[in-house]
Amino acid sequence: MRLKELEGYLQDVAVFEEPKIKLEQYPTTAHLAARMLYTAHNTYDDIENKAVGDFGCGCGILSIAAAMLGSAYNVGFDIDPDAIAIAQENCEQFEVEMDFILTDLSATPAPSNADGEGASNSRGPYEMMKGKLDTILMNPPFGTKLKGIDMVFLKKGIDLANHAVYSLHKTSTREHILKKAKEWGVECEVVAELRYNLDKSYKFHKKQSLDIAVDFLRFEKKPRPDTTSP
Amino acid sequence: MRLITHNMLQCHVKGCNANNFPLELQEVVLEQEEAELNEDFLRNMLGKLEYEALVATCLKLDINDLPATLPADAAYNDEFLQILHRVILETHIKSGKMICPNCQHIYNVRDGIPNMLLAEHEV
Repeated sequence: MRLKELEGYLQDVAVFEEPKIKLEQYPTTAHLAARMLYTAHNTYDDIENKAVGDFGCGCGILSIAAAMLGSAYNVGFDIDPDAIAIAQENCEQFEVEMDFILTDLSATPAPSNADGEGASNSRGPYEMMKGKLDTILMNPPFGTKLKGIDMVFLKKGIDLANHAVYSLHKTSTREHILKKAKEWGVECEVVAELRYNLDKSYKFHKKQSLDIAVDFLRFEKKPRPDTTSP
Repeated sequence: MRLITHNMLQCHVKGCNANNFPLELQEVVLEQEEAELNEDFLRNMLGKLEYEALVATCLKLDINDLPATLPADAAYNDEFLQILHRVILETHIKSGKMICPNCQHIYNVRDGIPNMLLAEHEV
């Protein structure tokens, strides 16, 4: 499928009816979603026949794009049942098979107390998913309402993914993210610098439309060291 | 939610660290929906499935087609792959309860969506 064709289809994905400010619900545009998935598929072969997770899936546009390019299994994670309901309708419309999990990806591991209690089980219900989802996609909240939440999403995605993570981040955070990627032992590539055109979604936006620079990033986990050799 | 997704979910209530998988299904409404068979994907998933848990879950749902242990030739056993496909990718949980075998916490499934959110004191 050609990029323009994919973008054309994605224009019809319904968006939030009443976006929630505190969740930073900005719909991922068809322009961004098409470019992300087209590249993930054509350049890196991370979509076709793969199990794909979608963090903060919102109305499901990234997963729908993935499914159109041949992903074999899609699962979306979101905290907002209203967004998931719209995503379900979108999937029906596009005849895409996708599961959803109502969950809070922003939850951070609670600091452990002296005897270590409470530390091991604060990572959410998806510990078992570790290494089972080949590719994880996300357009995380950028952290303008809850500082650092973008990095919480990203770290969880990298923990869970078997191979690759695709994400969008404000270009202004690039240095910080590259440093973190190094700390986490994953490769990080700035695939492209894109413009995210945010239409006036909320009252506090002074301008009718706002263009912000976002990095389209790809993270790849290094193959695990061979544990079978001495 | 399809059974493949159920096969990856566990309880995450604070302090519930052992025997918290698989979540036991109760009062579930199931639905079969046909999906395209993708053998490459199934082969890729073979090593990732919690097979024992899948079989146990299925038996409680009166789905008896899966062999008790993963066949040695699973990857190239067409008949087995067909069954596996039907079970994990065509069987949907529309509604019901998922109960933690350890702490008995109940996670509800509505409109096919498992609610894994916890109250603040449970996190």
